[in-house]
Amino acid sequence: MTVDVGDLFQRFQTGDRRALARAITWVESGSAEGNEMIRLAFPLTGKAHVIGITGPPGAGKSTLVDRLASHFRKREKSVGIVAVDPTSPFSGGAILGDRIRMQRTLSDPGVFMRSLASRGHLGGISVATSDVVTLLDAFGFEVILVETVGAGQSEVEIMELAHTTCVVLIPGMGDDIQAIKAGILEIGDVFACNKADRDGADRTVTEIEMMLDLGHMGEPGINQWSPDGATASAGAINRLDRTGHHSAAEMSGMGQLTHAAHHAALRHGTANPGDTSWRPPVVKTVAKDDQGVDSLVDRMVEHLTFLSTTGRWDQMKQRDAAAKLKELVGGRAARLVLERARQAGDLDRLTHAVAEREIDPYSAAEELLRSHFGSGY
Amino acid sequence: MERKLRVLVAKLGLDAHDRGAKVVARAYRDAGFEVIYTGIYQRPEAVADAVIQEDVDVVAVSSLAGAHAVLIPQLIQLLKDQGVDDVLFLAGGVIPEDEVPQLLGAGVARVFGPGADLEEIIDYTKANVKRR
Amino acid sequence: MAAGERRQRFAGVSDREVKRCYGPEDVANLDYARDLGNPGEYPYTRGVHPTMYRGKLWTMRQFAGFGTAEETNARFKFLLEQGQTGLSTAFDMPTLLGYDSDHPYANGEVGKLGVAIDSLKDFEILFDGIPLDKVSTSMTINPPASVMLAMYLAVAEQQGVSWDQVSGTIQNDILKDYIAQKTYIYPPEPSIRLITDVMAFTAKHVRKWNTISISGYHIREAGATAAQELAFTLADGMAYVEAGIKAGLDVDEFAPRLSFFFDVHNDFFEEIAKFRAARRIWARVMREKYGAKSPRSWMLRTHAQTAGVSLTAQQPENNIVRVAMQALAAVLGGTQSLHTNSYDEALALPTEEAVRIALRTQQIIAEESGVASVVDPLAGSYYVENLTNKLEEEANAYFTKIEALGGVVKAIEKNFFQQEIADSAYRFQRRVMKGDYRVVGVNAYADPDEKLETNILKINPEVQRRQIERTQQVRATRDQKKADEALAELHRASQTSENLMPHIVACVKAYCTVGEISGVWRDLWGEYREESVY
Repeated sequence: MTVDVGDLFQRFQTGDRRALARAITWVESGSAEGNEMIRLAFPLTGKAHVIGITGPPGAGKSTLVDRLASHFRKREKSVGIVAVDPTSPFSGGAILGDRIRMQRTLSDPGVFMRSLASRGHLGGISVATSDVVTLLDAFGFEVILVETVGAGQSEVEIMELAHTTCVVLIPGMGDDIQAIKAGILEIGDVFACNKADRDGADRTVTEIEMMLDLGHMGEPGINQWSPDGATASAGAINRLDRTGHHSAAEMSGMGQLTHAAHHAALRHGTANPGDTSWRPPVVKTVAKDDQGVDSLVDRMVEHLTFLSTTGRWDQMKQRDAAAKLKELVGGRAARLVLERARQAGDLDRLTHAVAEREIDPYSAAEELLRSHFGSGY
Repeated sequence: MERKLRVLVAKLGLDAHDRGAKVVARAYRDAGFEVIYTGIYQRPEAVADAVIQEDVDVVAVSSLAGAHAVLIPQLIQLLKDQGVDDVLFLAGGVIPEDEVPQLLGAGVARVFGPGADLEEIIDYTKANVKRR
Repeated sequence: MAAGERRQRFAGVSDREVKRCYGPEDVANLDYARDLGNPGEYPYTRGVHPTMYRGKLWTMRQFAGFGTAEETNARFKFLLEQGQTGLSTAFDMPTLLGYDSDHPYANGEVGKLGVAIDSLKDFEILFDGIPLDKVSTSMTINPPASVMLAMYLAVAEQQGVSWDQVSGTIQNDILKDYIAQKTYIYPPEPSIRLITDVMAFTAKHVRKWNTISISGYHIREAGATAAQELAFTLADGMAYVEAGIKAGLDVDEFAPRLSFFFDVHNDFFEEIAKFRAARRIWARVMREKYGAKSPRSWMLRTHAQTAGVSLTAQQPENNIVRVAMQALAAVLGGTQSLHTNSYDEALALPTEEAVRIALRTQQIIAEESGVASVVDPLAGSYYVENLTNKLEEEANAYFTKIEALGGVVKAIEKNFFQQEIADSAYRFQRRVMKGDYRVVGVNAYADPDEKLETNILKINPEVQRRQIERTQQVRATRDQKKADEALAELHRASQTSENLMPHIVACVKAYCTVGEISGVWRDLWGEYREESVY
């Protein structure tokens, strides 16, 4: 049975969950119908609070998402869930197992959950994830939880997709935290120390707090500017020196962290005069026993307030628009140029030439663009 | 772009035997399918929700308990009621021969017995997935 | 491939590669007194009794249960008439999971895989005309095990049999449920508390009762190798011992009442070695690690069941041969009791005809083969002793791993066992698929024209209706006030550290149902959910 896009969109608009599910299948497969659905659905979007959940394997992300969903439901928010699992590089297949851990909320008609395979994409989400979020947003879900693969690689893409990124860590990761801090700590707006009933939870929380202090010395949550507020970075370094956990030598070796702090400052602001800023809070949770999850939701909602009261919500819309355009134009322009070059025989010729070291790749690319990009290059 | 086939491997009712379901799930994955496994002790209503939300092409129910004759038709009916008509239903496990016609009548395309060959299951699935 | 050999590699069902031939060098370090000992002596490698089957044959205990209590009672009597020496009860899925037959989840399952039990009324019928001071009864049930024991004690009382005279076993092994069988209800902590309550209660009042049947059967059937079955089962056993000690019990008071339950699979010598290794490991850890003083605490007594998973639906008569060889391995391994599967079990519940053949198989081994005349006849075999040592080593390596993960419960939470088993199961299936492991009638010597059909025992749908009717009648006619009070008392005590057994006995005597009693705990303790691994 084939379905007409217009018909499907009509059903989509009346709240037919099958239509939503089929639309997701279309965008996932990159089909023309998928593009058309996005075109139709896009005007309906821009309302949902998109929350990313990321963290290493075994952190209990799925169980936490399950609990988060039920707490948002208690606050009468409808919840869309997207969970991404890795595709096997050998077979192209995948086992999508997150649904099993989300059974508490899945019987609730106010919740819709879709499992996605990463399909070879390495950023922690799949290529189609942002389009899937668009569809869930258009469908009317007020909160959208996106759970990343969590395979340990740098999952910065979720930060670019979500309004609020929650990094989930667990106790006993001491050395791991050192290793991943630059990769994971910089992307978090809210931190959950899950499985906090285990030994070492306090230590893990302290470690995260110290790391966060490097970027912002304020109190967790929204920091309203006050005339006597101290500057952030100096305070952070002083405090660390006092606690003696980081020597000056160590600090100077943290080039990445400086970068991370800079990055975070853009998103979170600083404690500088006049700036209302955000200091990522760390919340202890035991998702399996539903402990601390309500506070975590409080913090996520607080972060949303921060975004909207400081104009960052609107900036994010600009950011998303720019990113999406860049992605689409880049992809299409590349396909266009390459196709024209292929038809003209230039692609094969230059590919061969580069392989044989007759020409360098920069010059070859230049030549392809000059010949096939069209006027204005 | 080739459409990825998605299969839901389901256990219905009070049936704890999941060895076969898991082996089949892995075999599907190794054949390039995207597999959603429901876990044990599922109600037909929950499985129907999963079928719809995940928009799967295939539902493979593994049953080694006694209630498949009740629960599988219930699942298929729930989906029919919601207009789902393009899903391939398969059943496997320990299903007595004389219950097979009843399942086929309810909409199961094929019933695989104990010791069924994994390759046969995969090949059959690929050949019989419904066009969309 | 070695010259003159027909295969590259020789390996059995556990995928352990074996050599062409074993010799003295393969048992070079074996010390008779230290590693074997005479039968009936530490470390019991050769058996727990000096006389073994010359003194008393193993207990022939066929697992039975289906339909309502009436049908199963009739099957019990049939088996006893056929010379069976102990009873073994299979319960249906709703009972195993603590649901009454009229619960919506029970629809379609009532009486299907075992007998449906809701209230004491059912137990009165189940054991009608069976003297509980004469037969021993095994009950394969876990979270509601304490409830079944309470019902059994209540029926004994009605028969005028004192609690001290009854003997039998409840499976009551929740750890293997989290690992493999999956018939769990509550989370680990309260589940283990129920088990230690049973241990403490029976040590005082029902001294001949085996409190836990620590089971490798389900672990193996879920796909584990022989070494994994051995290691995970004994690790569970150690976890129970530690729980008992932690609950303040004296190890020599409860350890003698722990028993085991292993699978017997196809690889003949590996299976024999597994039983021998199990006894040796258990004796050593009980004496050395837990400081048990009583030899009865050191002895690993076990039930065995032939491997259900080895049965094929194709050419089902072949199963009779498989079962016979597996049963022979269990006997050569020195089991205390044995269930032999019926050849039609790959398809459904066994018919009376098939059950009779299964029982006769044991009787033929006992009476005709001569193997029951000599104790541990394979001791000293280079191959069997080498395998016994190997299995012990492999198990010890697992114990170290499990300890590093923080013990059995932590390892369960980390999906360690589940992952190991799923991997083995899949590996085995791939071997079958590729023809590396040949199964007669399936991927070798298959009959392409075969139509699978067997004369199968069907459960009449009437069973469900009749069972529901009875249970609803019990609820309508019982002293409701008494039932409510008993449940309220159980609810109260469950929140304290009081031993719950007396309260459970009070509940069943007031005709509270399995679902009502389990409901009290479901409300208080919640339900366990697993994260599936593949």
